[in-house]
Amino acid sequence: MACYLTTGKHFGFYWSFVTVLVLLAVTAPTALLFGFGGASAARSQFLPIRWFGTIYISIVRGVPDIAFFLFFVIALDQGFEFLRHQYLCPDWTDRIWQGNDFVVCSAAKLPLGNAPQWVHEVYGFFLAVLTFAIVFGAFAANVLHGAMQAVPRGQIETAEAYGMTRRQAFWHVLVPQMWIYALPGLSNLWMLLIKATPLLFLLGVEDIVYWARELGGTKQARFSDYPHGDWRLWYFLALLVFYLAFTRLSEVVLSRITRRLSHGQATIGATA
Amino acid sequence: MKRIILTIAALALGAGLAHAGSHSVIRMGTEGAYPPWNFLNDAGEVDGFERELGDELCQRAELTCEWVTNDWDSIIPNLVSGNYDTIIAGMSITAERDQVIDFTQNYSQPDPSAYLAMSEDVDVEGAVLAAQTNTIQAAFIAEKGWTLVEFATPEETIAAVRNGEADAVLADQSYLTPIEAEDADLVFLARTELIGGGVGMGIRESDTELKEKFNMAIQSMKDDGSLNALIEKWEIGEPF
Repeated sequence: MACYLTTGKHFGFYWSFVTVLVLLAVTAPTALLFGFGGASAARSQFLPIRWFGTIYISIVRGVPDIAFFLFFVIALDQGFEFLRHQYLCPDWTDRIWQGNDFVVCSAAKLPLGNAPQWVHEVYGFFLAVLTFAIVFGAFAANVLHGAMQAVPRGQIETAEAYGMTRRQAFWHVLVPQMWIYALPGLSNLWMLLIKATPLLFLLGVEDIVYWARELGGTKQARFSDYPHGDWRLWYFLALLVFYLAFTRLSEVVLSRITRRLSHGQATIGATA
Repeated sequence: MKRIILTIAALALGAGLAHAGSHSVIRMGTEGAYPPWNFLNDAGEVDGFERELGDELCQRAELTCEWVTNDWDSIIPNLVSGNYDTIIAGMSITAERDQVIDFTQNYSQPDPSAYLAMSEDVDVEGAVLAAQTNTIQAAFIAEKGWTLVEFATPEETIAAVRNGEADAVLADQSYLTPIEAEDADLVFLARTELIGGGVGMGIRESDTELKEKFNMAIQSMKDDGSLNALIEKWEIGEPF
């Protein structure tokens, strides 16, 4: 049993937990940043920026996640390579799109074709973070936008009456107070983000669900030293425990944050 | 330094050969879930018939190769967008796929597709049949107008038969044989289907030079009998 659980494959499985946790740790702040940018853009005074913010929020929220992860990422990758190609290989005469093929000069490939496998994996991970950040950023933007609207108008008016500029009122009055309104929505998003991590495999990153399926699948004695039947149920059960424990932990932490944020604020959170 | 060497190499090869110079490492894309063709061994590395075949081909063509696994569903889109350079994943040569990518010559004989079921007297025409998505078997069942349930991985098609969701699974005989041998509940139906034109490596249509290299390597393995030895070792079907 101990031998079985320490095969190279199982280390791949354990390592993928780290991958998922790191992904969450990196993506959540990035998505929040995207969301904050989107929300601020959507309430900008300047019309084109406002359009940009609104369009970003509504388009990304409307596209199904799976479509985003299947097509957008390939497009994003090709976009990067296209730009690098234009910059690095200006003398290239062949067409870039030859029928179905996307061909850029070898110097423009991302990562370079002869880079070791780990570089490819890190790049894939980076694309994953960026895609998750864009998708969840749009939802976060909507939540934050709503939260900004929810801060009582009187607060801003008071700030302006004290002679604060728009910018000062935004940073010193609006932003500190909006979090409590945003938190329920953001905590929802966090839970969704945890559960969306299996989409990673669509991007070529081997996540926990991929490994659970691979390890749990029937193994014949010809191809493995540890033949077994269909054990996927047990592996998925372990994942269930992991996800439940993780979401429970998140709930506890989030409720603490809610309590802290509601100190001194006339909101529902404080009276409850 | 590396860039300088590459530049010199590219210059030496001349503009026409710049494509070849670009392939310093050939990335071999496979599924890694289809024994005995390709699967992950206990150490988590790609193993199987195509692993041995691919390593030998790369050696003969004097290429440095690296193995990558990719989901079957998106294996062709990722090839054409350049994330790896070949597909070596038990992929049958079909006219439909040939429109999108190119194939090398076949390195296995057309393998009959077999039905695996819980009982011998399943009538395939009225039964619920499982097959993996985007395979020749799925296309075959759909074309016949029989009842088809598709699954993303080969493993799930077998599980569907075991738990009664499907009456039989249609897949390459070489994939089903080791499963049938180790599971007393599963039996082959007498009927088999001859579909597909053998398995070849998928390569981008623009990559004609790489295709030629692999074609020559496959031919040399056919000529000296080493391909047949591998086919026999992994029980892939009829030798050439």
